[in-house]
Amino acid sequence: MERLSRSEIVFKVFAYALVILFSAMALYPLLYAFSVSVSGKVAYESGQIVLLPKDVTLKAYRMVLLDKGFWISYTNTLFYTVLGTAWSMAISLPGAYALQCRRLMFSRQWNFFLVLTMWFSAGMIPLYLNYKGMGITDRWGIVIAFGIQAYNIILLRNYFSSIPKELEEAAIVDGANEFQLFGKVYLPMSKASIATVTLFYAISRWNGYYWSRILIANSFEQPLQVYLRQLIENYQKMYDESVVVLDYSADSLAYAIIVCSIVPVLVVYPYIQKYFTRGVNLGGVKG
Amino acid sequence: MKQPICMRKGHAREFLANIRKEWRLYVLLAPMVIWFCMWAYKPMVGLLIAFKRFDPIDGIFGSEFTGFDNFFNLMEGVNKTEFWQAFRNTFIISAYSLVFGFPVPIILALLFSEMNNEVARKITQTVTYLPHFLSEVTITGIVLMLVYNGVNSTGVIAQFLINSGWISPDASIMQQAQYFRPLYVITGIWKESGYNSIVYFAAIMGISPALYEALKVDGGNKFQEIRYVTIPGMAPTLIIMIIMRIGKMLTIGYERVLLLYNANIYVTADVLSTFEQRIGILSGNYGTGAASSLFNSLIAFVLVIGANTISRNVSRTSLW
Repeated sequence: MERLSRSEIVFKVFAYALVILFSAMALYPLLYAFSVSVSGKVAYESGQIVLLPKDVTLKAYRMVLLDKGFWISYTNTLFYTVLGTAWSMAISLPGAYALQCRRLMFSRQWNFFLVLTMWFSAGMIPLYLNYKGMGITDRWGIVIAFGIQAYNIILLRNYFSSIPKELEEAAIVDGANEFQLFGKVYLPMSKASIATVTLFYAISRWNGYYWSRILIANSFEQPLQVYLRQLIENYQKMYDESVVVLDYSADSLAYAIIVCSIVPVLVVYPYIQKYFTRGVNLGGVKG
Repeated sequence: MKQPICMRKGHAREFLANIRKEWRLYVLLAPMVIWFCMWAYKPMVGLLIAFKRFDPIDGIFGSEFTGFDNFFNLMEGVNKTEFWQAFRNTFIISAYSLVFGFPVPIILALLFSEMNNEVARKITQTVTYLPHFLSEVTITGIVLMLVYNGVNSTGVIAQFLINSGWISPDASIMQQAQYFRPLYVITGIWKESGYNSIVYFAAIMGISPALYEALKVDGGNKFQEIRYVTIPGMAPTLIIMIIMRIGKMLTIGYERVLLLYNANIYVTADVLSTFEQRIGILSGNYGTGAASSLFNSLIAFVLVIGANTISRNVSRTSLW
C-alpha cells in the first residue's frame, strides 16, 4: 500500500467522520419516529425517549391497523401505483423510442416539444381548470392525467440512442418493421433502464398527494398520502375518542401512522436503490 | 447537422410523405404527443384567462376580455400585500435553498470519493439517499412532530433547542414566522442532499487518475488536489446543475410549503404557488390566480434562459 501524506490522512479521517455524522442525521428522525411509536406513555411524556424505545408496546400499531380507512386508502394507493406506472410506461417507452429514431422527421422539434414542458409549466390555476374541465374527479382520471414526466422520457431516449445502430440495421435487413424493432430489439436490450424508470414512476405515484387531495371528490378513493395527512392533522382527536384508557401517548399513534406509510418503501428500497443511482447517471441531465 | 426549429416551405409535403412511409413510427410517437398536448400544452392556452374575467360557464374563450386588469388587481388591488409578500418569500426561500443547500451534496460527494472502504461507502450512500424516496407528507409529518412544542408533549428537536437556550420554552416553532425559512431549508437539505450527491459523485469518479498522479509528482497536497483537479474536473456538472436549479427557482416545492405552513406564518412562509392555490382554487378568483401563474412561469423561463446564455458564453457549458 502506498504511503499517504499527512494532509491525506487528515482529510480521510475528516471525510469518514463527516459522512458518518451525516448518515446518522439522515437516519435519526426515522429511528426516533419508530422508537416513539413503540414506547409507553409515561416514558415518552417524561422525555426519556431520545433514541431507543422504552416500555415497548405495539398497541399504537393495533389502532392504526384496525382502522378501516387506512386499509381503504392503502388499497387505493396500490391501484394508483400499479395502473399509473403501467400507463406512464406505456406512453413513455414508445415515445422515447420514436424521439431518438433517425427516420423520424422533425425530430429536433419533437424533442423541443418535450423538453419545453420541463421548463415552462402553465402553473397551478390553468392546470386546475384544465383538470376540472376535462372531468378529472375520480381514480381513473388521476391515473390517466398525471405522472408522465419529460425527464423520464429523456432518460429512456438517451439509453435507446446509445444502443448500437448495427443491431437495428441487421433487423431491418431481416425485414423487421418499426413495431418489431421497438418490441424485439430495443425493449429487450434496455431492461435495466426500463426497470429504473418504472421505479421512478412508481415512487412518484406512491408519494402523490396534492392533486389527489384537490381533485378527487369521493373520500373512499383517496390515496394513502391524503389519508395519512388527515390522520396527522387529527390524530389527537382519534386518540381522545378511544373508549379505553391508552398506555401509549397520542404522539406514538401519530408516529405509528407515519411508520406504517414508509415500511413498504423501506422494504423495497435496498433492492431498488442501485437502479436509482444508475438512472441518474445513465441519462445525464442534458435535454 | 442541426435542423432549424421553424419550418421551411416544402417541408409540409415532405413531412406528409414521411408520415405515410413511416406511419408505424408516428403511431409510437402519437400517444406521448397527445398526452402532453392534453395535459401540458392545453393548460398553457388556459393562461389566456389571466387577461380575462373568467366565468366557468362561458369557458376560457367565451369569457370577457379585460386586458391587464387581473395584473393590476394582483399587483395593486386588494391582494397586493399578499402577492408581493409571496413573491418576496419565493425569492428569499429559493435563494436560501441555493446558498445553503447547493454546496452540501457537492461536499458530500467529495467526502464519499475519499472513502476507500467500499462497504462503508455503499452503506452510508444508501442511508443518505433514503429520505429522498419518502413522500412530502411523511417528511413534513415527522418534522412537524419533532419541532412541536405543546401542552402534552414536546418534540425531541424542540426540546433540544429549549434545553440549549436557543428558543424560549413557551415558543412554538411552527407558530412563529422567523423559524419557517430555516426549517424549510434544513428539511430540504436533509431530504435531498444525499440523493443529489449521486451526480457529483459520478463526475468525480470520471476524472482521470493520471491528473491526480501528476499533481502528486509535483508535490501537491490534498487541498491543492481538490482545488486544482477535482473542482475543475466536475465543473461542467456543477454548471449544468446550477442552471437547472436557477430555472426551478420559482417553482419551489409547494407541497412542502403547503404541508408545513399555517395562517400564522404567511409573512415568511407563503410563496407564489401557495398564494395561487388559496386565491384561485380555494377562493375561486381564477383570473387573478392565473395572472400570478403566468407571471411566475415567465420569470422562471427568463431565469433559465438567462442562466443558460451566460453559462454558454462564459464557460461553453449549456443545457441546450
